[in-house]
Amino acid sequence: MKRLAKLMAVAKICLLSLALPALAVTPDEVLDDPVLEERAREISAGLRCLVCQNQSIDDSDAALAKDLRVLVRQRLVEGDSDQEVVGYIVSRYGEFVLLKPRFSAQTLLLWAVPVIVLCGGLAYLIINAGKNRRSRTGMLLSQQEQADLEKVLSSRDHDS
Amino acid sequence: MIVELGHYALVMALAISLLQSVLPVIGARRPDAALMEMAPAAAIASFIFVLLAFAALTVSYVTSDFSVQNVWENSHSLKPLIYKFSGVWGNHEGSMLLWILILVFFSALVALFGGNLPFSLKANVLAVQAWITAAFLFFVLLTSNPFQRLNPAPIEGRDLNPILQDIGLAIHPPLLYLGYVGFSICFSFAVAALIEGRIDAAWARWVRPWTLAAWTALTAGIAMGSYWAYYELGWGGWWFWDPVENASFMPWLAGTALLHSALVMEKREALKIWTVLLAIMTFSLSLLGTFLVRSGVLTSVHAFATDPLRGVFILGILVLFIGGAFSLFALRVQTLSQGGLFAPISREGALVFNNLFLTTATATVLVGTLYPLLLEAVTGAKISVGPPFFNLTFGPLMIPLLLAVPFGPLLAWKRGDLWAVCQRLYFAAGLALLTALAVTYFATGAPVLAALGIAIGIWLIAGAITDIALRSGAGRVAVPIMWQRFKGLPRSAFGSALAHLGLGISVIGIVTVTAFSTEEVTTLKPGETMVSGPFALQFEGLKPNTGPNYTELQGRFIVSRDGNRFATITSAKRIYTARRMPTTEAGILTLGPSQLYVALGDETPDGGTVVRVWWKPWVTFIWIGAVIMSLGGITSLFDRRLRIGAPATRKATAVSAGQET
Repeated sequence: MKRLAKLMAVAKICLLSLALPALAVTPDEVLDDPVLEERAREISAGLRCLVCQNQSIDDSDAALAKDLRVLVRQRLVEGDSDQEVVGYIVSRYGEFVLLKPRFSAQTLLLWAVPVIVLCGGLAYLIINAGKNRRSRTGMLLSQQEQADLEKVLSSRDHDS
Repeated sequence: MIVELGHYALVMALAISLLQSVLPVIGARRPDAALMEMAPAAAIASFIFVLLAFAALTVSYVTSDFSVQNVWENSHSLKPLIYKFSGVWGNHEGSMLLWILILVFFSALVALFGGNLPFSLKANVLAVQAWITAAFLFFVLLTSNPFQRLNPAPIEGRDLNPILQDIGLAIHPPLLYLGYVGFSICFSFAVAALIEGRIDAAWARWVRPWTLAAWTALTAGIAMGSYWAYYELGWGGWWFWDPVENASFMPWLAGTALLHSALVMEKREALKIWTVLLAIMTFSLSLLGTFLVRSGVLTSVHAFATDPLRGVFILGILVLFIGGAFSLFALRVQTLSQGGLFAPISREGALVFNNLFLTTATATVLVGTLYPLLLEAVTGAKISVGPPFFNLTFGPLMIPLLLAVPFGPLLAWKRGDLWAVCQRLYFAAGLALLTALAVTYFATGAPVLAALGIAIGIWLIAGAITDIALRSGAGRVAVPIMWQRFKGLPRSAFGSALAHLGLGISVIGIVTVTAFSTEEVTTLKPGETMVSGPFALQFEGLKPNTGPNYTELQGRFIVSRDGNRFATITSAKRIYTARRMPTTEAGILTLGPSQLYVALGDETPDGGTVVRVWWKPWVTFIWIGAVIMSLGGITSLFDRRLRIGAPATRKATAVSAGQET
């Protein structure tokens, strides 16, 4: 029991001293203009928090993410377009901040793979279907077989 | 002592697996019945030994034996009992042990219930299973031994990561692994078939239940993980395109494709080569997922392994099995005959369409997940691939696929009549169109995509119902006869209809919550009120509270609508004592299918508290749909023809014999 009490005391100190995580966008950051704020949110959702693990700055609690959010909003208030804001952030932090990489020589393959797989698969299927059709015509019955078949069929007609 | 016994049992399991990997293969080649016979016995024995090892580790956790390093690092004497159980796999070593346990569990199931398998196929399948088992047992014993002792033993443990102290940990990993590892059986069947050089419809009949079982578990596991992330991570997202999520999503996509192509192979003997390739790919993606998560290549909440040796070891296993299987496939592909011709417009054609899009989607997720890693390794350039990329590429791929779903089950095998099917789908199409119009009308300013998305969901649901109705003879026979036919429908028909219906429900949930959820963030002092959606929330202030191994500050909110108070929501900020780690416990109020989600933020100097509230309309549809999909899988699993192998097999040979003459 004594240990428990001690732990509780430690916990109380933690509770007082430790800053709990802020939850992403805080009220003091929110812009008064709802249209601008909406744009800021959209831009933020596409920018990576550099010190986090796979989070956008819009979702992140990190201090750096907050700085970036504030920066995005500052630029917007100053009248930048969405592209200009993103361009400004990229010029400072590099392409790494973009959660949707730009189309370039480096990312060519990334963007092309879905198209290649889909078109390649489709082309393969079409070629194969053509081949099947040809091979099916090759599988037509010989005259002898056709005659036999007719004989069998006609005899069955007589039975019934 | 128990710990050492567990360690010993694991070594025994390795020895048995090594025997099981070699002797049955020799037996199947000679052929020598005695050597083949040892495979089932060995499979059951290694299951028992791994189970003993797992039990030993569980005992150390439950008794808080901190002389075991693994227990010390991940447990605490004050931790609630359920988390002492689930904590066994809440760490790298333990989760690998669970992985192996499920692997040998599946082997044992094949050994016990594979009585109707051809003798040599069964021996080869179990041998391939043993290769995987042995490789992973080596991995655990050499790099991730959970039975490592500490001397002297510490008095108290370091506790489990608080995020993992949740009922989710008890359910999510076992389900996920059942799915992941379940696909190993399909892989083993594929490799065994390649070794034997013989694949027929009977093979597909054996593979399909395993695929179904694995797929069902994986569907439920992913849905569970998604819901867990949703309520635990505290920002209300349900899918993040995180590499670790993708690692489980890729086998799911490939497994879904496999499920459909195995159907074609079973019924029509077509797509044989493709099905084998898909079986190999699906498990390869599971292995890749294991590698990505366990090697620490990705930095993520899930990666508790950062030892480079482990990464290299799993990479070795990965290369060995994937490379080996694909080489074998390349060598043997000529010996496999491609059977069963069909016209492009046919049930087979629809399933090929399904496979084409699912494979492309899998490739998209794969390239998006691996590209940053590969690019950095090759050029040193760092890029990020995140949700905006996947939404832009994966989303459009799903639209044609979802639109095509209702057509598939209505098309005839071999040669279908698309126009006739269109006529049968008039009702579903009309309903979908009406929904789209209604959404645009009632939700003014709703994005066009939202209306389209909800319409697709309705289209899927109505399509599934149409399928069952037509099979029961709707419109052609009297209602009592319809009822008789309905009761007589094969379970697999209900299974696929349920799965497609569930898919529709999930789609509606995803679209609705994406388009119509609202988010409010504000600072509240006790007594103040905020508005979210149609609700008003009055903040009652913060109150301290203590749990078994944490302390928390609870915030209470009184929820009212039009002035009527009808519920309260409690949201909390917790600090786990041992790790001094803060977490947020979101307060969630479920109203019908929708949820009100409240998370607490910082306290401001003037006595207020930052509060974030989301109104998430129909959000639960996402997971309800997934649960229905899993139920569809279970329903299919109980189909007569999967339960009783023999008569079905005879029928299949009769049909194929009939085709030859």
